[in-house]
Amino acid sequence: MKIGLVLHEIHHSENELAKKLLHVSERHKVDHEIYHLARDLAGWSHRHVREIAEIGQRYGQDLNPEPDSESGVLHDVLEKGSELIGRRAKAELLMLIDLREVYTKASGVSADWEMLAQAAQGIKHTDLLDVTKRCHPDTLRQMRWANAKLKETSTQILVS
Amino acid sequence: MTSKDRIAQPWGSRTPYGPGEDWPVRVDAHLEEGLSPGDVDCWVQTASILHSNGDALDVAVKDGRIAGVRGRAADRVNHGRLGVKDLYGWQANSSPDRLTRPLVRENGRLVETDWDTAMERIVRRTRELLDEQGPSALGFYTTGQLFAEEYYTLGLIAHGGLGTNHVDGNTRLCTATAAAALKESFGCDGQPGSYTDVDHADVIALYGHNMAETQSVLWMRILDRLAGPNPPQLICVDPRPTRVAEQATVHLAPRPGTNVALMNGLLHEIVAHDWVDHDYVEAHAVGFQELQKRVEEYTPEYVSGICDVPAEQIREAARILGTAERLLSTVLQGFYQSNQATAASVQVNNINIIRGMLGRPGCGILQMNGQPTAQNTREAGGDGDLPAFRNWSNDEHVKDLARVWNVEPMDIPHYSPPTHVMQMMRYVEDGSIRLLWVSGTNPAVSLPELQRIRSILQQERLLLVVQDIFMSETAQLADVVLPAATWGEKTGTFTNVDRTVHLSEKAVDPPGEAKPDLDIFIDYARRLDLRDKDGDPLVKWTDAEGAFEGWKECTRGRPCDYTGLTYEKLRGGSGVQWPCNDEHPDGTERIYQDGKFWSAPDYCESYGRDLVTGAPLEPDEYRSMNPSGKAVIKAAAYLPPHELPSEDYPLQLMTGRTLYHFHTRTKTGRAPQLQDAAPEVWVEVSESDADAAGLAEGDLARVSSPRGSVEAQVRITGIRPGSLFLPFHYGYWDTSGGHEPDGAGRAANELTITDWDPASKQPIFKTAAARIERIAAGSGPSKAPTTTASAPVADLGTRTVGDGSATASEEVGGRRRSPETAGGATTEGAAR
Repeated sequence: MKIGLVLHEIHHSENELAKKLLHVSERHKVDHEIYHLARDLAGWSHRHVREIAEIGQRYGQDLNPEPDSESGVLHDVLEKGSELIGRRAKAELLMLIDLREVYTKASGVSADWEMLAQAAQGIKHTDLLDVTKRCHPDTLRQMRWANAKLKETSTQILVS
Repeated sequence: MTSKDRIAQPWGSRTPYGPGEDWPVRVDAHLEEGLSPGDVDCWVQTASILHSNGDALDVAVKDGRIAGVRGRAADRVNHGRLGVKDLYGWQANSSPDRLTRPLVRENGRLVETDWDTAMERIVRRTRELLDEQGPSALGFYTTGQLFAEEYYTLGLIAHGGLGTNHVDGNTRLCTATAAAALKESFGCDGQPGSYTDVDHADVIALYGHNMAETQSVLWMRILDRLAGPNPPQLICVDPRPTRVAEQATVHLAPRPGTNVALMNGLLHEIVAHDWVDHDYVEAHAVGFQELQKRVEEYTPEYVSGICDVPAEQIREAARILGTAERLLSTVLQGFYQSNQATAASVQVNNINIIRGMLGRPGCGILQMNGQPTAQNTREAGGDGDLPAFRNWSNDEHVKDLARVWNVEPMDIPHYSPPTHVMQMMRYVEDGSIRLLWVSGTNPAVSLPELQRIRSILQQERLLLVVQDIFMSETAQLADVVLPAATWGEKTGTFTNVDRTVHLSEKAVDPPGEAKPDLDIFIDYARRLDLRDKDGDPLVKWTDAEGAFEGWKECTRGRPCDYTGLTYEKLRGGSGVQWPCNDEHPDGTERIYQDGKFWSAPDYCESYGRDLVTGAPLEPDEYRSMNPSGKAVIKAAAYLPPHELPSEDYPLQLMTGRTLYHFHTRTKTGRAPQLQDAAPEVWVEVSESDADAAGLAEGDLARVSSPRGSVEAQVRITGIRPGSLFLPFHYGYWDTSGGHEPDGAGRAANELTITDWDPASKQPIFKTAAARIERIAAGSGPSKAPTTTASAPVADLGTRTVGDGSATASEEVGGRRRSPETAGGATTEGAAR
């Protein structure tokens, strides 16, 4: 059985997604909706990390329930940087790149959840299946959010 | 006929009535001092422009100027009554400081010029920007106070002519969530209620809706029911001790920002006691199972912990809602401007849906509006939506609109949702919107975080055009100022929250060279030579009636169908509720009868959004969720506000309004009786918070948030402990600072946070973290009104009263017959 491997992988990819979202939030503090929503959505991935760590024990995985974190100094630098470059068009291009990355990372996490759900159904592990049912819809919403923000902002950023 | 000081008695005399009876007529009037009804030259038909209720009135004209007002007895909305702002606010029209000539900025200063010079400056810059960058450089920010004809024309020019997606109205600040919540639940904007539901309801629930001050005539209707036999029970949700709260059977005062938790608690009880109309839900709604699951954990005890409301009160309120036979629900800023605005307002819809309380007398929902013509901003495209509730993500709707406008579908930007004002401000900030045209609104006072807004609007690289009637704070920052005509000086129609369309006729000439907004927009289109795909002028009308005919054609077959209306039909008599067409020639009192909605995938205005992330649903997602056009029950979990109280800022600040003022006081501050009733900014504090900060009534205090501070006199009220309230009306136009603070701040929006509801994009004005400190002792009590939610807890020995000039007349009785006053016609006088 290789479920443990997938759990290990998704624990990592959820952490990466959360970090990316926090990074996006801090880098685009002057884009207030991005700033607030990216932080909120990072919280969802943090919740997933805890759930994955908990269920992971049953599959022989010793995963950290606490989300990975970055240093506070870096956050402050990013936020300040955002304010300083907030009136320059280049910052907006960075935002498209960032949103694209959130979208692709979330897609990866979604694929991981898909695999886990399939495996859980195959061996009738309802607890694991329940975890995927709770978490995967959040991931899809994270993807749709990134996609919607890309749709909403790319015209202005690319043609201006 | 009796006389009353309506400043002291804002709701006038009671005319009690019972359930199902006609609301008695009471004609209110106020004329300029010394003028008697017999002296009036003529009476001209219009409706109120200083709030959203849509009260019909006639303007008295004397020697070519407006000299008073009188309610229209025949009208279905007000049966002759007028609110205080209407009784006195008309005086602002003839203020000596009206803008009378265009202004342009030369060497840093605004100087008078002629229309040609001002318009050519705008047109030249428009052309340059179109060549250089394209339409994404152009933004239009309008209001909730122009007429339908004007919004429709502006939307046509911006969307169909210039091709920009950047169009919004200040309705974003007051009513965007009403529209969003209706779109989520019913697939379409349009009120599932009628004011006459007040006549029939046995329970009226007011959610964050201080109706006594925001729609004072509708409140009179409720007061008259309360004074009559078999009165309705009221449920009030409000952290402040409003007059509504005072009359309520149950008053819930939740911690600011926790509305969704409270609503889920009420829904939990309704579901748990099975006060659900299962037949109705089964036949006419989707999503009930998800709701059932979602609200399961929201027991009254759990909710009580979040909202700080006693569990027993939640149970009692739910029991009243759950056992109501005719339930009317109304919602306003306490929900719309708070955390999770759309999610909370949708839960109100859910209560009516699962109780089967829609489309019958007394059973309805009024997702209220804040401004007189906000409904038209939403209908006609002034808020960026496609006109007549067309769906921007439905290609067939875009194609159909292109047919009406005779342009190519690609000419109409529909690749993404319209740009809301907060996003437009961001694009101005990053330099990608370079021409911003503001009409009839004052963002330099009304948007959140004013320091930021001022710095954005002052950028050299922006051409700021302001079209207004006074030198507002925003106008002072403009590069071009266009003097506009206002209500009473131009003709057009507007629609209130219960879909009643009124005609507002020109009574007097505008001052100086001021022009109707419609004429200014058309002039812009002509100068730019905007054309349709056959090379004919894009804007095919030259006057208001022509614009109305164009608008009617655009609404044909859509929910807000105006095709059965004409100016002639609207003259005399009463306003008419849309849809009004061949099928319903006299209008439609109630929509959504028999569970029929406008939510079919091919017809609906919107596919909805994720209530948390704001991401729009894709057409296929909506189609699979709601294939056959039912009501949509959308559940939501409670999420705390982004900014929570902290050690430095331990309180929560709510901003809001008072009965006596409208918006940034540009008009009401120039009406002496209204200005005297609420002359200065104040801050409302609870007794316990005042004690903790060492504050006494009338003390001067500093209120601060992470974004700024204001100074205000303290008023100690029965407000929820832990909360502060500041009225948002007070800016700087009548201070030495002009457009900004000269020393201490006065505008509540110095403190508010830049954050908005992801679904409706309405900014959040009710949950900023704040603190309060004493600066100095006051010389007496605060001058805040004592008649309203700002009433003091202690008897201060002073009351809000008017002087002799505030005397207004009331005539109770008479019938609701059509008065013989057609627009412009002369009649015998006021007495009937």
